[in-house]
Amino acid sequence: MARQGIVVEPYQRLKPEQVEQIHRASLSILTDPGVVCFNRSTAEIFGDHGAEVLSIQQGGAACWLLKIPEKVLTDAVQAAPKVVKLGARDENNCLILDGQEPRVYFASGSEANNWLDVDIETFVSKRNPGIEVEFPVFRVEKGTVDRLARAAHLCEHLDSWDSFLRPVNIQDDDITDDNKDVNKFFASLNNTTKHVMSGLTELGQLSNVVRMSQIIAGGEDRLRENPIISFITCMVKSPLQLVDDTTQKAIEIAKIGIPLVISSSPQGGSTAPIREEGMVAQINAELLVGIALTQLVNKGTPVLYGSVPGRASMVDLYDSYGVPEFSQYNIDCVQMARYYGLPCYSTGGISDVRVPGIQASVERLFSHILVTLAGPQYIHYAFGLLERTNTFCPVQAVLDDVHIGMVKRFIRQPMVTADSISESLEQIRRVMGTSHKLYVRFVRSALRSGEIAPPYPFEGEGKDMVDETLFRARERMEEILSLPPSHIAGQVVDKVFQEVPGLLTRLRDS
Amino acid sequence: MTEDILALIKGNVIQGRVTQDDEGFDEGVVGQPGVSELTEKALARGIGLRDIINKGLTEGMDIVGQKFEAKEYYIPDMLASAEAVGAAMEILEPHLAKSGIKSKGKIIVATVEGDLHDIGKNIVSILLRGAGYMVKDLGNDVSPQTIVAAVIEEKPQFVGLSALLTSTMIHMRDTIQALTASGLRDKVKIIIGGAAVSEKFAQSIGADGYGADGFQAVRVTESLSSSKENKGGDHG
Repeated sequence: MARQGIVVEPYQRLKPEQVEQIHRASLSILTDPGVVCFNRSTAEIFGDHGAEVLSIQQGGAACWLLKIPEKVLTDAVQAAPKVVKLGARDENNCLILDGQEPRVYFASGSEANNWLDVDIETFVSKRNPGIEVEFPVFRVEKGTVDRLARAAHLCEHLDSWDSFLRPVNIQDDDITDDNKDVNKFFASLNNTTKHVMSGLTELGQLSNVVRMSQIIAGGEDRLRENPIISFITCMVKSPLQLVDDTTQKAIEIAKIGIPLVISSSPQGGSTAPIREEGMVAQINAELLVGIALTQLVNKGTPVLYGSVPGRASMVDLYDSYGVPEFSQYNIDCVQMARYYGLPCYSTGGISDVRVPGIQASVERLFSHILVTLAGPQYIHYAFGLLERTNTFCPVQAVLDDVHIGMVKRFIRQPMVTADSISESLEQIRRVMGTSHKLYVRFVRSALRSGEIAPPYPFEGEGKDMVDETLFRARERMEEILSLPPSHIAGQVVDKVFQEVPGLLTRLRDS
Repeated sequence: MTEDILALIKGNVIQGRVTQDDEGFDEGVVGQPGVSELTEKALARGIGLRDIINKGLTEGMDIVGQKFEAKEYYIPDMLASAEAVGAAMEILEPHLAKSGIKSKGKIIVATVEGDLHDIGKNIVSILLRGAGYMVKDLGNDVSPQTIVAAVIEEKPQFVGLSALLTSTMIHMRDTIQALTASGLRDKVKIIIGGAAVSEKFAQSIGADGYGADGFQAVRVTESLSSSKENKGGDHG
């Protein structure tokens, strides 16, 4: 059994001929100007498979300009699996990402430095000291391994949160580059039975993370059958540059065969053209190179087309996720991935503002709805992210879970059949025979079967004319965090701690 | 056997089933008798009216109320159950009259002149019937003169007036003035409701009560029923 996600009738922003035009443009980019590569192995691999490799100097560093012919690229991309399974500790939580099926799953993401807590405080009116009103106040904390574990615990209990992609950067004093990977994966895996995805901080830790995952999954073969973890590698520095470190990580992960996201996150207006056709042609070229590399290293490596196109803010040139172009770029990329039959790791649900509220809700809902409608297989960044992607707020994640649930209902396919029409006609005839002419009684079975949306769970009573949404969401978060976590069995944890170096002993019970 | 039928009436009130064609919450109940059929059956078996009302309908409705308070039931559930009780009370009404058992009271409801909106009024009617009141629904766009005539004819204890529009709410005042001019104002308690009106407006036109929603309308009616000032029903 796999999680259900939501199957959509994909919204096609680009016409088929436009998809084809962008594909041709991407191929053209890969021969002229080509891709700058800072990783020697990658230059050699592409060279061995027929690419033109020119040794150049850029910024004082030795690098290579790759000019990749169409056939080299398309043959390699075609070798990539069209269906990728992301496993889970509880196999009922696994995800089947089929590049030809627009079944959408939702995941968290980013590696935010900040964790935003919401407190409720009482304020006294200056104009009328007799009036006291409660308001939410926000407290910024740094990301820690304990908070990462709490986020995973929250993920476990939120229905729409299909996969845990580490949302916070762990910055504890006892976390170093050398022990960060094992601790972030362990804290995540030990608190959710859903799929866990993360980047790899230190290539030297890859074997430890894989060993840990094998122990938890039940062995080497079991991990292959049920890959409970996957990696993200952002090997591209836009525009069109393959960085040494991450590209090498992608190569090594591909050799092992663990599912891998090849991601690129150019900014329209700064590191990519701002017009969508230019942006999409460039990011598509960047992703095709990365995907091709994984297949040249190890044919059949499960890989996701990781499109994370953003738009630069014209105020400060930071990322801006609340703008309409963000959704447009992402929808186009979903169509490009579908053109190649590759599962798409897409992006939606972020806002530019620092705190939950009106702007946060509006911005994230635009992309939640629109990008979901496009039918990518995996939408990351969908939970709790604020301040572009610099802050993760667990209360916002609780809100997002409910809002994504509403989006899923909104997008659900109609179920009109001859029988359902007959039932409706019967209802209409019965109600017209009553004096009150109300259909209310017929709502009941639909309400209980889940066919219609339940009431908004965070609606308050309007006490003191204050919006109580955050109060209710915070209560829900606390309720969830008071539940016992779904920890890994004790003897398995013992084995992990015996065989995997670098784990913090305090994580055994958290 | 008596207890079985009363338990079935109670159970079907809880499930909100008016007739055998209605679905409830349990599987496979469609085709089984609903509250209407069971009430007829109880009468045919000679079960006392008080038992049907108290042990069947009222006990069932009490449980529905508890479930609603506990947020286990939603408004559609409450309305379905109230509708079932209302249907039973309609069947019992002629028998009550003959037996001398008094109902909780009679209320005339109407959407006032110029206003065609009747959803709110219909919901209130269902809930009032479910609470055991006899409801005479005059419909919508009802003139003050028609309401006066109905009060003379039906001799209710209460008049419920509904208006959705700010342009028609003024006819509530006209209706109250017409009842006053006809010497009937002291005979009935007047309760108003609807999207356009408020507690303040109710007071300003001399109404006796205001219901912000259907449930409050029932509570206000209950409260006015127990008021010692209520002289309704004797009609001189």
